[in-house]
Amino acid sequence: MLEIENLHATVGGKPILNGLDLAVAPGEVHAVMGPNGSGKSTLSYVLSGRDGYEVTEGGVLFKGRNLLDLEPEERAAAGLFLAFQYPVEIPGVTNMTFLKHALNGLKVQRGEEELDAMQFLKLVRQKAKALGMSDDMLKRAVNVGFSGGEKKRNEILQMAVLEPAFAVLDETDSGLDIDALKIVADGVNALRGPERSMLVITHYQRLLDYIVPDRVHVLAAGRIVTSGGKELALRLEDEGYGAFAARAA
Amino acid sequence: MAALAPIDGPAAVSDWLSGWRAGPGDGTVAAADWLAPARAAAAGRFAAHGLPNRRVEDWRYTNLSRLTGLELDWTPAPAEVAKESLPALVFGREADCRLVLVNGQVRPALSTVPALPAGTLLTSLADALAAGRQDVAALLRERVAVDGGALKALNDSWLEDGYVLIVPDGVTVEMPIEILSVGTGGALPPAYQPRNLIVAGAGSRVTVVEHHVGLCIGGYFANGVTDVAAGPEAIVRHCKVQDESKEAIHVALLDAALGRDAMFDSFCFTLGGGISRNELRVSLDGPGAHCRLNGAYLVGGQQHCDHTTAVDHAAPETHSDQLYKGVLDGRARAVFQGKVVVRQDAQQVEGHQMSRALLLSETSEVNTKPELFIHADDVQCSHGATAGDLDAEALFYLRSRGVPEGQARQLLVEAFLNEAIDAVALAGMRLPLERNVARWMAERHAT
Ligand SMILES: Nc1ncnc2c1ncn2[C@@H]1O[C@H](COP(=O)(O)OP(=O)(O)O)[C@@H](O)[C@H]1O
Ligand SMILES: [Mg+2]
Repeated sequence: MLEIENLHATVGGKPILNGLDLAVAPGEVHAVMGPNGSGKSTLSYVLSGRDGYEVTEGGVLFKGRNLLDLEPEERAAAGLFLAFQYPVEIPGVTNMTFLKHALNGLKVQRGEEELDAMQFLKLVRQKAKALGMSDDMLKRAVNVGFSGGEKKRNEILQMAVLEPAFAVLDETDSGLDIDALKIVADGVNALRGPERSMLVITHYQRLLDYIVPDRVHVLAAGRIVTSGGKELALRLEDEGYGAFAARAA
Repeated sequence: MAALAPIDGPAAVSDWLSGWRAGPGDGTVAAADWLAPARAAAAGRFAAHGLPNRRVEDWRYTNLSRLTGLELDWTPAPAEVAKESLPALVFGREADCRLVLVNGQVRPALSTVPALPAGTLLTSLADALAAGRQDVAALLRERVAVDGGALKALNDSWLEDGYVLIVPDGVTVEMPIEILSVGTGGALPPAYQPRNLIVAGAGSRVTVVEHHVGLCIGGYFANGVTDVAAGPEAIVRHCKVQDESKEAIHVALLDAALGRDAMFDSFCFTLGGGISRNELRVSLDGPGAHCRLNGAYLVGGQQHCDHTTAVDHAAPETHSDQLYKGVLDGRARAVFQGKVVVRQDAQQVEGHQMSRALLLSETSEVNTKPELFIHADDVQCSHGATAGDLDAEALFYLRSRGVPEGQARQLLVEAFLNEAIDAVALAGMRLPLERNVARWMAERHAT
C-alpha cells in the first residue's frame, strides 16, 4: 500500500529525514516511535504534502502511484489521511461545514455522487455519537475553544467520516486521559480492515496496548534504526530511546 | 439658477463643472419657493470648498481627481430600462416592495409599491415636494443648510429627486423596503445626485435595503445623500449592497440623527465601483441611543473603496459598535476611517470599532485611520485594526481533508466575512450575501 524508499527531506534547508525506508502492506498497522525531534511529524507532513517540506532524494509510492507528485487534496482523494499532532483551529467554519466540504470534496474528485443533506447529517451524527461527541461540538467552529482531548477526538471523527485507506496518526494519544484514549483507540480499531492500513506515530508505548501494531519501527535522526514486532515497543519503554539512537550512530 | 463665482483650481475642474453650473432645471423648483435659494446657497458652499483633494484631511486616502477627467452629463435624459432587465434582486426573489431609481430618478413604472401600514409614505422626493409635504420640506431645509463638506454641498445644490420614506409613530413596517438604484450610461457618463430621506417616528420600526447596480459597461458618477431621522425608541435598519459598475465613481453620505433609545443598524456590502466611498455620520442625540455600523467588502483589480464613519456621542448612555471586514485582491485599495466623538456630558458611553482586512495579493493595500475624541471620563472606547493573508495552516488542513484549493480559499474568505455578515439581523440577506462571496471568489480579481 505504502512504500517509502530512501526518503531525504529538508525543512528550511535543514536536513530532517535522512534515508528513511518503510513499507506498509494492506491491512497492516505499523507504529513509528522515536524521541522528540527525530522527524516523526516531518514524515507525516511530507506524506500529506505540506508546503515547505522539500524532498531531496528518494520517493514514496502509494497504491502504486507516485505520492509526491500529488497535491494535498489529491492525496486525500487517493485515500491518505493525517490526524494532526496539533489540529488547526478555523474560526468561522463549523465542524459540520468542514466535514461536508471534505467528504464531498473527496467524492467529487473520485467521480462519486455527493451525499444529500439528510444522508450526511445522519452519517456524521452516528459517527460522532460513537466517539461520545455532542451535537453541540458539531455546530462549533473547527477546534476553536476545544480542549486538547477534544481536538484529538475531532481528528478521529474526521477519519471515521472520511474512511481513508491509509491513516497516519501523529501522536494522537498525547494529551488524552485514559478514558479518552480508550474511546479514540476504539474509533481507530473500528476502522481496521483488510484493505485499510495505518501508521501510528507515538512517543509512548501506552497507546499500543489499545491499538496493537503488526510492526514497530524506531525513528532516530531521520532514519528507521530498528524494526520489530509489537514487543519492540515494550523493550523501548524499558531501555529508553538513548540506546537505540546510539546504535544508529 | 444664479451664475456662480469661478471655482479655484485647475482649469480642468472648472470645465468639468460647466454642466453642474447650469443646474437641475426648474421641474421641482416650482413646488417649493425655498428650493431655489437653498440650492444657490449650497452651490456657493461647494464653490468655496472646491472638489475634495488629498490635502483635505478627510480625503487623504481617497483621490477623486479621476472625476475631473470625465466629461459628465449632469442632466441625463431618462434612460430606457426594461423591467425584465433589472437584476434578480437582493432577496433572490421578486421583492414585495421595491422602489426603482434610474440615474437617481424614481421610476414608478419600474417599481412595485404595495399598500403599506396607514400613514407610511414611500415616494419620490419630487412627488413629496410637489404634494406639499411640510414634514419633508421642513426636515430637508434644515439638513440642506448644514455645511457638511464639498460633496454634500454639491448634492445640496441639486435637490431634484431621490426616495422618501416616512414611517409614523408606533408603526412597524414588516416587509423590508428595497430601493434599487440603477446607474446606466448614455453617450456621456451621467452624473446623478439623489437626495433621500428616511423619517422613523417614535417607536416605529423599518428596514431599508438599498441595492446599487450598474446596467452599463461605462462609468457614471453617483453622489447620493441620505438623511435619516429616528425618533425616540425607533429602530431603523439600513442594509446597502453596492454592486456598481467597475467604472463607476460612487460616493454616498448617510447622515443619521437618533433620538432617545433609538437604534440604527447599518450594514454596507461593497463589491462594485471603481472608486467608492460610503460615509456614515451618526449623531446619538438622545440618551440610550445605539448604533451598529458594520461593513464587508470584496474588492480586486484596480478598485478603491473607502468606508468612513463619524459617530457623535452627544448624549449619555449611548453606544456605538463598528466592525468592518474586507477582502482585497489585485491592486485594490481600501480605506477605513472611523471617528468617534464623546461629548463632555456624555457619561457612560461605549464606543467600539474594529477594522480587519484580508490581503490576497501583495499589491493590495488597506489604510486605516481611527480617531477618538473623548471629552467625558466615564467612557469605554476601543479601536483596532488587522491586515493579513489567509491562514496557511487552515488552508493546508482543509486541503489535506480533500477540499480542493479554490474551494478551501472560498470557505476561509466566507468564514472571515461571516463575523460581519452575522451581524445583519435580516435573515433573508444571509444567502444572497454568501452567494455574492461565492461569485466573487469564482471570478479572478488579480488584474
Ligand atoms: N518549520 C520548521 N523549520 C525548521 N525546523 C523545523 C521545522 N519543523 C520542524 N523542524 C525541526 O525538524 C526536526 C524534526 O521535527 P519533527 O518532525 O517535528 O519531530 P518529532 O515530530 O519527531 O518530534 C526538529 O529538529 C525540529 O526542530
Ligand atoms: Mg511531532
